[in-house]
Amino acid sequence: MIDVDDLTFVYGKHTPVFEGFNWHVETGEAWAVIGPSGCGKTTLLVLLTGLRHPSGGSIRIAGEPVTRPRPETGLILQDHGLLPWATIRENARLGLKIREFYGPDGRHAPRGERLSRAAAEERVQRWLERLGIAGLAQKYPQQVSGGQRQRTAIARTLALEPDLLLMDEPFSALDAPTREDLQELTVELQHETGLTMVIVTHNIEEAVYLGRKILVLHEPPNREAHIVENPGAGQPGYRNSAAYLQQIETVRGLLGGRA
Amino acid sequence: MRKRLSLTNLAAGLVMFLVLWQVLAWVVNRPILPPPTVVLPVFVKLLPGVLGRHTLASAGRVLAATGAAALLATPIGLGLGQMRALDRIFSPLIAIVYPIPKIVLLPVIYVLFGISNFSKIFLIALILFFQVLVVVRDQAANLRPELIFSVRSLGAGRRALFRFVYLPASLPAVLTALRVSVGTAIAVLFIAEQSLTEWGLGYYIVVRTYQVLRYPEMYAGILAMSLLGLGLYFILDFAERRVNPHLYVEEG
Repeated sequence: MIDVDDLTFVYGKHTPVFEGFNWHVETGEAWAVIGPSGCGKTTLLVLLTGLRHPSGGSIRIAGEPVTRPRPETGLILQDHGLLPWATIRENARLGLKIREFYGPDGRHAPRGERLSRAAAEERVQRWLERLGIAGLAQKYPQQVSGGQRQRTAIARTLALEPDLLLMDEPFSALDAPTREDLQELTVELQHETGLTMVIVTHNIEEAVYLGRKILVLHEPPNREAHIVENPGAGQPGYRNSAAYLQQIETVRGLLGGRA
Repeated sequence: MRKRLSLTNLAAGLVMFLVLWQVLAWVVNRPILPPPTVVLPVFVKLLPGVLGRHTLASAGRVLAATGAAALLATPIGLGLGQMRALDRIFSPLIAIVYPIPKIVLLPVIYVLFGISNFSKIFLIALILFFQVLVVVRDQAANLRPELIFSVRSLGAGRRALFRFVYLPASLPAVLTALRVSVGTAIAVLFIAEQSLTEWGLGYYIVVRTYQVLRYPEMYAGILAMSLLGLGLYFILDFAERRVNPHLYVEEG
């Protein structure tokens, strides 16, 4: 799904963030990317979105080099990015409206996808219901909780039926119970959709809970992908198991006990 | 959440206003302050005729100026708000020009554009232009980059960003700016219409009635001008609510 080959990336004249970096993600995998501030985890995600370009090497997604944002890639950020003047339903529908606006041009919307208005409505309704926010459809973002806003952002992205979901610290701004709720929801959604998922986080517990594989980044330059296999992630009751705590210790050790 | 002026409140305000006017007229008891019982019949009688034509002339000037200012200032404000470099160049200039009372430029405008309707419209549009420009610029600059970034991640390019983000974000700001400056616009219109025209409420109030001591007719003109301002204010206020319903809901 994702092939990062011999990637080099430098901001201006700084130390390269990545230098000859290789990393591969298979379809349907759930990855967490973790590392201290400034390690380049968000940079990696931004490169995957196509909003920035490698200084050297290549990034391919589904076999295609990433030169600009792919319409099939979904992105969820810490900031929900909802339009304050639009209701929850209108916000959830925004991605589909943008696709309708451009038509299936292959640039802004996947080629060949034509969705009738009724089908789009139906799809939005389905995701609102799945995310438990259908009852709030007529409310505005300011009227709902932080967790419900982030659920709206997730509905908005999943309504586009992406084949790859990138998340950058999606739950960091939420309180602990809400965060755990949404982490569980993420695991469920990943099971249901078989979506390839990459979540960037600075939180070790979150990385171990969500990532069946964990990419650990360090102070730049990153030359090698340090990968922790974490097959227990996504299993019921994982959060309370000894294996979970053990994995947290492993990752903490790899991070040098600092993060 | 902003309060909405209800119909009952509006009626109550109107009654209080008329009562106060009547009482004042009794107390002052001079021709310069005729009571509403004298003015209102004159107003009703004149409105379908000569007063109506003066009112339409004034309304036409304000509406033309409002439209021109909104259409010109909105795109420029959006551009400045989103392009930091451009804003840095122009913001000192705008900061200096913005507070200048544009009415002082009236003679200059007459010389440049002639004694025409256009000159009067230009002056009012100039005032509204800066009001709208500054508000739209600040509104566009306040759009968080995270919001733009996430809408772009849904596939939006420049055109969709304009259609789904910038336009809906700035329209309420345009209406707010127009609503708060409608009073100034009418005031300037009043001054600009006092000379070098034969139509308009400013001319009617000062030249056709005040200077010839026709006070009840003068008050009919004042009433028409007040209603013009009030009407524009309510139309803009109504439009604002329509495009901006999220500001009028209870916080959750």
